Amino acid sequence: MSRRSLDTAQAASLSPGNRAFWGAAALFILAVWLATRLVTNDYVFFAGYVVLQYILLSTAWNILGGYAGYVNFGTAAFFALGAYVSVALNKLWGPSLPVLILAGGLVSGGIGLAMGYLTLKLRGVFFSIATLALAIVMQAVITNWEYVGGASGAYVLRPRQGPLGGSYVEYLFFVMLVMACGAVALARSIERSAIGYGLAAIRDDELAAEASGVPTLKLKLLATVLSGGLMGMAGAPLPFYVTYLDPASGFNLAYAVNAIAMPLIGGTGSWIGPVIGAVLLTAVQETAMVTISSAANLLIVGLLLVAFVSLAPNGILGLVRDLRARGRR
Amino acid sequence: MDPFLELLLNAVVAGVLLGGFYAAVALGIAIGFGMLDIPNLAHPAFVVVGAFATWQLNSNFGLDPVLAGVLAAPAFFLLGLGLYRLYYLCFERRGENALQGLAFFFGILFVTEVVLVLTAGADYRSVSAPYIGPGWRLGAIDLPLRMLVPFGVSLAMILVLDRFLSGTFTGRAILAVSQDQLALRLMGVSPTRIKLLAFGLATGTAAVAGALLIIIQPVEPSIGREFIGRAFAVVVLGGMGSFAGMLLAAIMLGVTESVVSTLYDPSWAPAIALGFLLPTLAVRAGGLLGRRL
Repeated sequence: MSRRSLDTAQAASLSPGNRAFWGAAALFILAVWLATRLVTNDYVFFAGYVVLQYILLSTAWNILGGYAGYVNFGTAAFFALGAYVSVALNKLWGPSLPVLILAGGLVSGGIGLAMGYLTLKLRGVFFSIATLALAIVMQAVITNWEYVGGASGAYVLRPRQGPLGGSYVEYLFFVMLVMACGAVALARSIERSAIGYGLAAIRDDELAAEASGVPTLKLKLLATVLSGGLMGMAGAPLPFYVTYLDPASGFNLAYAVNAIAMPLIGGTGSWIGPVIGAVLLTAVQETAMVTISSAANLLIVGLLLVAFVSLAPNGILGLVRDLRARGRR
Repeated sequence: MDPFLELLLNAVVAGVLLGGFYAAVALGIAIGFGMLDIPNLAHPAFVVVGAFATWQLNSNFGLDPVLAGVLAAPAFFLLGLGLYRLYYLCFERRGENALQGLAFFFGILFVTEVVLVLTAGADYRSVSAPYIGPGWRLGAIDLPLRMLVPFGVSLAMILVLDRFLSGTFTGRAILAVSQDQLALRLMGVSPTRIKLLAFGLATGTAAVAGALLIIIQPVEPSIGREFIGRAFAVVVLGGMGSFAGMLLAAIMLGVTESVVSTLYDPSWAPAIALGFLLPTLAVRAGGLLGRRL
């Protein structure tokens, strides 16, 4: 399997579709950058940051959850860990944002490796339960860690100016834009590589995959580290975005629910699914927050998640595919 | 007696009582997850719903909390039947119960919490009963009735269900479902109907466990999360569906949490469940008194 899929993967990397993707990604970043030159209101960056953060989180979740079929309930733990690594390092010697992001990614990826090593040899449901418990433990650890503010939280000074000119919020927005695009590109290339085929084989029938020589544990660990690392990177800029971070908001269950709901609603099979889900759900929540209430907006996400997994297990992508198939007949 | 020893002894006794209550929460998961292989993450949220139902019955009609929990149990049984039907139609029948099923129960957990906040408010609620407050004293050991009553009720509930499972035809059929569904089918029993009944029972225990929870401490809607890790850790460590193992694991967890809370800091207590769960999964996934996975 590995030889053939490697050939396919190499063929795919040279295909016109691939060049189109990279071209589109570069154009997208450029277009957004140009568009922001015209914007003077910081609200656009604040709102855009949240959308991009959720694209990053749901894409990260999907690398393990969608491709390998292992459900991670601990998104909030990996995400908040990245944020708190950032708080701690910033207090220690204040390195620049890219360094903080790298550190957050490394720590969260490392936790993913340790968790995965202990629980990934078993059925997926045990990994899921362990990630749920991990979020609670991490929150207890941070709550007891006085250096980063403990239970009462930490204040972080947001510089006024970004290093590229413009406000710091604008800079945060761009960093998140680049990370989100990078994560989507990574997910896309994994999907079309030997790794992606191996993960799909694990998802469909792990025993059969193991029997046909797929290195299942190695691949699952790799996916867990990448997924956890990206979540940590997504969290690292958070302290500068919110300027005040406490354990209850960093470890908010809403992050975990959104990170699961977005890919499942968009469609877990492809890199575009989490992107669709993230954009759609963030828009729905922003609207509900303004028009109804914040509790109702959580209710909407929960109900959408339950409805989609029960009625449309392949998400919006699956619905579109079914419609097309029906149209052709 | 040496004051430190006295403190430690009291912490251990309090932990045993707390463990008895944890077993009541874990009971529904031992049946649902341990025996039927249905990962109902929302069970602790149902326990909180049970606590709020008890609060309503207690504050409006002055019912005894334990009695209120027992009275609410049939309604929870019906709720469990409905939920299993939905789970069966959407996931088990299609054979997609791994990823989607987990996400389904996670969504149910979240929806349950939010609905509770919207209907009952985010405040802490508590109940009143003659046994909340006073306590017994055995030498240097305090035995608050607030902990002793839930401990006793929990043991009674586990005992009754254990008798039911090992002593009746239906109960044995439930045990059989957990071992070999095909064999059960060959005996002319429908595994789905048996699972439906068993899941209803599992959900029914949440009402009683909720009553015990609100006797022990004031309750707010999102408190159920703290019990997810604990309850699953207890079930896995106990050996997936073994009631004796579950009780032993629950008491071990209760004692460890109580001693750590007393000697160090109560805020570390929720973290201990993972300290139980991870080594169990890594070293002996079959649990203390269970079959190997």
